[in-house]
Amino acid sequence: MPPEADTLDTYIDAAAQMLALPVAPEWKPAVRAHLEVALKLAAIVEELELPDEAEPAPLFEA
Amino acid sequence: MAIDPFTTATGIAKAIAAGETTALGVTEAALARIDARNPQLNAFTAVTRERALAKARAIDDMRTAGQPLGPLAGVPFAVKNLFDVAGLPTLAGSKINRDRVPAKADATLITRLESAGAVLVGALNMGEYAYDFTGENVHDGHARNPHNIEHMTGGSSSGSGGAVGGGLVPLALGSDTNGSIRVPVSFCGLYGLKPTYGRLSRARSFPFVASLDHVGPLARSVRDLAIAYDAMQGPDPDDPVCAGRPVEPTVPWLERRAAGGLRIAVAGGYFTRGAGPEALEAVARIAKALGATREVELPEPGRARAAAYVITAAEGAALHLDRLRTRAAEYDPAVRDRLLAGAMIPASLVVKAQKLRRWYRERVLELFQNVDAILAPATPFPAPRIGQQTMQLDGTEVPLRPNIGIFTQPISCIGLPVVAVPVPLQPLPIGVQIIAAPWREDVALGLAHALEGAGIVAAPRPPE
Repeated sequence: MPPEADTLDTYIDAAAQMLALPVAPEWKPAVRAHLEVALKLAAIVEELELPDEAEPAPLFEA
Repeated sequence: MAIDPFTTATGIAKAIAAGETTALGVTEAALARIDARNPQLNAFTAVTRERALAKARAIDDMRTAGQPLGPLAGVPFAVKNLFDVAGLPTLAGSKINRDRVPAKADATLITRLESAGAVLVGALNMGEYAYDFTGENVHDGHARNPHNIEHMTGGSSSGSGGAVGGGLVPLALGSDTNGSIRVPVSFCGLYGLKPTYGRLSRARSFPFVASLDHVGPLARSVRDLAIAYDAMQGPDPDDPVCAGRPVEPTVPWLERRAAGGLRIAVAGGYFTRGAGPEALEAVARIAKALGATREVELPEPGRARAAAYVITAAEGAALHLDRLRTRAAEYDPAVRDRLLAGAMIPASLVVKAQKLRRWYRERVLELFQNVDAILAPATPFPAPRIGQQTMQLDGTEVPLRPNIGIFTQPISCIGLPVVAVPVPLQPLPIGVQIIAAPWREDVALGLAHALEGAGIVAAPRPPE
């Protein structure tokens, strides 16, 4: 279930404060729209079940 | 002898080496053409006139002295303005970066092209901070498509597409995180190489998404692409992501690689569903010419694209976090709002996307056990009009911007090498991706060269 618009607005306000990001009121509808798209696509990623052992792509060599 | 502005890099270098013209003459002609055509195309944001003339004179002096000349001796080239050019602030398409101190040294790839004799003539327009597929730029003005200036160049290497397509230079450098070389190549009717992730040095280029950033050349012939690529390969201690692999020249293999019975397949499913009629026609022509009758399904390309989107938004936001805090109003609003949203994506979702990338990579590499190259459209449609917001696909109206990169993103997501080739449809060309296994640029270049020789693909000369 995608989050409701109100939930997203609350989240954006909190995240903006946490990250010290200025989100002007007139920017908010567009920020919300982009966050909705990102979360929708992240949900498509999440739908694919991967084992606990799955390694992320970036490699680190010590 | 005057050189036609659409002469290939190979042709220019040959004419200079043979003494039919001089590097100075070619450079002066290129600068004059930029002066004449750039007001319309808006491809250049800086012209390095004095530097170019000095370099051209040095090439001519070398020839007079009987010294050996590089394979690109006297060839004018320009770079997307996210590459450092000594003495210029590295704009990366932004307003904010105009305050940067001028770069002290050139990007590694500029140094390598100049070592091969090429002559840098300037820096090129681009979408702000490379977060763009259209070629529209609110700070420097929109780049315009040489085939029809009412249409987009595509982005984010917009000026690279316009400058090469318009015959201002035969060679340019661009960057490609999700399609930013392949999209302008498709819209402007050019050849472009997005090499394997880590193949070419990104040192002293302004980053966007560390996990996905690639750099590469755009040109009007496959040989030019291969010569430039060969000149730029090799490890670079200044870029920790650049592979330690030695140079693997592709030029000697151009004629022979495609003759070796390569197994070629067409990407089905996802790569046909969102494609317009021009994209399908272009792929069909190439498949027919190469005798590719097999179809393969990439595993979960839609999810791979989604992963690339999430990683892009999050890593891009992380890069810009401080600037967003202090100078948010100075961004193009379309870029700013995506970056602000990207900063708020939960970290757990980004890690999941990075895990999906590895899963997807392993399965795609399995496919390459049985196939040497895969064909797919570069863009779903030819260049839309500047300012256009929606597109008809399959009888449905879809938003334009998010759909431009649907066929490029699942490929760069796992760093596969691609040569995008131009199919000269009327009234506008469109590109097809020739996708190879990692480190097999030679395969994609060899097939592109064979198609070019057969007249199936060509960089069309725009009307003027």
